[in-house]
Amino acid sequence: MKNFSINHRQVESFDVLELSGELDAHTASHLEDSLRELIDRNKYHIIVNCSDLDYIASAGLGVFMAYIEDVRSLGGDIKLTNMNSKVFNVFDLLGFPTLYDILDDEEEAIEKFETEQ
Amino acid sequence: MPKHNSTHTMRVQASTEHLAEVRNFVAKHAKSFGFKKQDVADIRLAVDEAYTNIIKHAYKHDKNRLVDIKLGYNSNEFWVSLLDSGKTFDPSSYTEPDVREKIKQKKRGGVGVYLIKKLMDDVEYSKEGQLNKIRMTKKK
Repeated sequence: MKNFSINHRQVESFDVLELSGELDAHTASHLEDSLRELIDRNKYHIIVNCSDLDYIASAGLGVFMAYIEDVRSLGGDIKLTNMNSKVFNVFDLLGFPTLYDILDDEEEAIEKFETEQ
Repeated sequence: MPKHNSTHTMRVQASTEHLAEVRNFVAKHAKSFGFKKQDVADIRLAVDEAYTNIIKHAYKHDKNRLVDIKLGYNSNEFWVSLLDSGKTFDPSSYTEPDVREKIKQKKRGGVGVYLIKKLMDDVEYSKEGQLNKIRMTKKK
């Protein structure tokens, strides 16, 4: 049993991936498949809602590292929202807050996307 | 109350399927040692990274190989060791990762050792007989 799941929602023209559970080297491929599927379908305005993400290891961060450049070069972005402090701390240790948009909620992410367009 | 100089061991196959089990084993003892939530979270992640590195780099995803996990504590520090019989990691080859550069090159990974060093107070790589050992310590 995998202790990780992803729910995909469409909000206006944005694709929201809701992560829940534990993202580690065992479950990272699931996130990778979801991101790749969006990119393959030319969906580049991606919001990753982490409100139910309880845990992240570097294998999970690695997925964001591997795809952000592709998404940005196509005019999109991956914006991260609703992180709990424990998960944020891991992103912070690796300096992600200066490299990625990490926002309070989906609304803020959508506003950010809209100001960029 | 935690017992003084207590030690515990676990033997597990080298597979990401066991990651949660390994993390929970170590976190349970870190909690009973009396660590605060953030310290328990730090240890949980450090062990995850060390075990993942063994699966990927020492054993190259050979699930039949074994990893021994030993942990212990005395009144003021908690240590956890992972032992494997795979390819030895050379800590002198380690350099601090540049995440911005990795992103540009679409590279993932290579940040586990950095996290372990950030999360724990002391990290030592050594040999125990034929086995590779990483020993990580956190002080109270």
